[in-house]
Amino acid sequence: MNLDDALQTFVIESRELLDNMEAALLQIEQAPDDSDLINAIFRAAHTIKGSAGLFGLDHLVAFTHAAENVLDEVRAGALAMDDELVALFLEVCDHIGTLIDHLAAGSAPGDDEQQRSTALIARLKAIHGAPPEAAAQVVEHATPLTREGGGEGVETDNWHISLRFSRDVLRNGMDPLSFIRYLSTFGEIASIVTLSEDIPRAAEMDPEACYLGFEINYRSTADKATIEGAFEFVQDDAQVRILPPHSKVSQYLDLILSLPEEDMRVGEILVRCGTLTRHELEQALSAQADARQEGVAGAEIGAVLVARNVVQPAVVEAALQKQKQVKENKAGDAALIRVNADKLDEHINLIGELIIASAGINLAAQGSGQAELLEAASLLNRLVENIRDSALQLRMVQIGATFNKFQRVVRDVSRDLGKDIRLEISGAETELDKTVIEKIGDPLTHLVRNSMDHGIEAADVRLARGKPAHGTLRLNAYHDSGSIVIEVGDDGGGLPKAKILAKAIERGLVKPEQTLSDDEIHALIFEPGFSTADQVNNLSGRGVGMDVVRRNITALRGSIEIDSEEGFGATIRVRLPLTLAIIDGFLVGVGNSSFVVPLEMVVECVELTPEELKAAQGRDQLNLRGEVLPFIRLRELFDMPEPAAPEPTVLAEGMPEVDAELAFLLQPVLRENVVVVNYAGRRAGLVVDALQGEYQTVIRPLGAVFNGLQGVAGFTILGSGQVALILDVPGLVSRVSRRESRRASQINHLAAVD
Amino acid sequence: MTAATSPAISLVGEFTIFTAQDCKAQLLTLIAGIPEGAGGDVDLSGVTEIDSAGLQLMLMAKREAAILGKEVRFVQHSDPVLELIDLCALAGQFGDPLLIRSNV
Repeated sequence: MNLDDALQTFVIESRELLDNMEAALLQIEQAPDDSDLINAIFRAAHTIKGSAGLFGLDHLVAFTHAAENVLDEVRAGALAMDDELVALFLEVCDHIGTLIDHLAAGSAPGDDEQQRSTALIARLKAIHGAPPEAAAQVVEHATPLTREGGGEGVETDNWHISLRFSRDVLRNGMDPLSFIRYLSTFGEIASIVTLSEDIPRAAEMDPEACYLGFEINYRSTADKATIEGAFEFVQDDAQVRILPPHSKVSQYLDLILSLPEEDMRVGEILVRCGTLTRHELEQALSAQADARQEGVAGAEIGAVLVARNVVQPAVVEAALQKQKQVKENKAGDAALIRVNADKLDEHINLIGELIIASAGINLAAQGSGQAELLEAASLLNRLVENIRDSALQLRMVQIGATFNKFQRVVRDVSRDLGKDIRLEISGAETELDKTVIEKIGDPLTHLVRNSMDHGIEAADVRLARGKPAHGTLRLNAYHDSGSIVIEVGDDGGGLPKAKILAKAIERGLVKPEQTLSDDEIHALIFEPGFSTADQVNNLSGRGVGMDVVRRNITALRGSIEIDSEEGFGATIRVRLPLTLAIIDGFLVGVGNSSFVVPLEMVVECVELTPEELKAAQGRDQLNLRGEVLPFIRLRELFDMPEPAAPEPTVLAEGMPEVDAELAFLLQPVLRENVVVVNYAGRRAGLVVDALQGEYQTVIRPLGAVFNGLQGVAGFTILGSGQVALILDVPGLVSRVSRRESRRASQINHLAAVD
Repeated sequence: MTAATSPAISLVGEFTIFTAQDCKAQLLTLIAGIPEGAGGDVDLSGVTEIDSAGLQLMLMAKREAAILGKEVRFVQHSDPVLELIDLCALAGQFGDPLLIRSNV
């Protein structure tokens, strides 16, 4: 068994458990008596302890053990889960997280962490020791089966553990021997009998199946729960029976009966283990014979034993119930497969190549004009499209988990600030690409903190403004034309436009005579260095590191906008592409070059007639069904030669033949076309020479050399081997609208001067 | 028959679930090559890691050979193998001479 892999799984699982624990702790503040939540918290601590033990992580075991003790009391009802305890356990939760982080990084916890461990354990112990009667109860609890039975008990002082592993245990990545090794960490294996009878003849033996069983005579001062805990992970893959020291003879009989081996053989094993003396075995077997003579069918011996009060039915039922619960949990897990993200990335990359290859085949098929080939190519194309969609779907993750993390952030920050803030979450089931989710966490945290710190007012101010004393923070997500929109909203004071403007003028970002729209004023908070210490002090300056937020979001090909109404709150809307890798594109041609526009952003295509050009009077605007549509000429934007002189451009240098042909084909088409694109509610037209249709595109990032390039988001390779640039529509649209608003303000300004 | 002529194999590296199929084949080939009434050696000195799957194969090989009237001897046990046999108290069952190492 590869320990590194197992440890990796432990780290991942522990983090998930800690997330569950944290979520349960936050919920329990509202419902302190919910036993399901308490159990969830307990289970998380218990499972982490159990698996930490398997890896011999003693510091983790010691720490979680202290936590578990207190939780056990809460579970038993001896201790109430009050605010103070929740706060303590949140700290415990964080600390376990820190220890796990160290484990993941392969580093040992430093002095700070150890001191913190000790301090927290002391606090836990203080609580644990507080109600003495509860503590006594726990101790008693550990040995309920040991002494009852009095004279009937067997002699041995040792535990007896009987293990039968299922065939699949090895394939499930667990080694039975590791459990036995683990046992020896908190006790001593007095003797052990390895059962190998189940191993079939060589021909039938599956070397990857497990055929082993063990009978162990075990000396330990640990309680039953601890010993059971050692086998927590094989509950589904093994039969584990544990008999405490001095158990009644009849309990051994029960063990003998329940084991798959023949009764006499089991008896012999127990004797060999030293668990039973020969005399005790005879006693047990004769009791069994008596039961048979009573005329009850052999199959019902279990029932007889229960009837004679040999086995307590309640105990059996409880055990069954517990097993069932664990099984159900495991069944839920089994529906999911953990896959290494790298493998998935590689898969997506290959599909990207496949798309390019199939575009090549398509082109060749069209060129050949063979009907059969065309048909096959179009079928292939459709399948590739389906594969692409399902592969991308694999990477899709619901945003809910990310949102839920903010419960904690909101709780902590609102306490720090002394404000009462509630978090409302909607759209948690909205899915987006895993890479995006990973990268959006930090910016979102920033926005949430900002909203709470600067947006939501203190309670007295709120009451004075006629709002409820508690503030509300909203996290919302939804899909909108190929993007995902994440909103962080609050019902606070909104952005103070006048103050922001004054600040911007003071810093020289804006000239005093400039007229700015509301959006432009709001956008000022994203300027680097706009927020300064004095601003945070005297203004509701939502600018702390907002430039970093914007940079992060732009790096994800996303955009950010602000909706604010002074006095009523603000909503910050982050718009991100659904995926980072592959898009549906719309291919357009300008001169010899091809460009790709993301299809989701294309609204329609219209012809740019000479009449309309004339009507525009030299302004780059178009009358589209009564609305003004500003447009950009890609030819001008990229400084490309007119079609009449088809000189090969730099990009197309490698393919002069195709270019010449393309240029020739394009020559008779003198009309220009306008592709109308829509982004974040704004429209713009892109003037192109030719419309070449839909095209699946694998986005490839441009190299560092082209970092500063405006209007281009990436490139892709066409089926013909040609390179096409992917247009940065958000950038182009905002460029157009900037130009328009500048023109509008100039006109206003001129009008004012006049 | 001298020891030099008795068939022998050596298992090297991991002797675990990951190599179990391969090891099983090797052991069975060895057993098939042992003349009836004779014995063969399995050199375990190169085993770096062993788990339950390996242990089972050792037990299986022993028994399979015994059923066919042959003998498989495990020799030169490496430390991981010794540790495992010790943990499961199987020295008696295997009956192979073991080199007892001091724990120093």
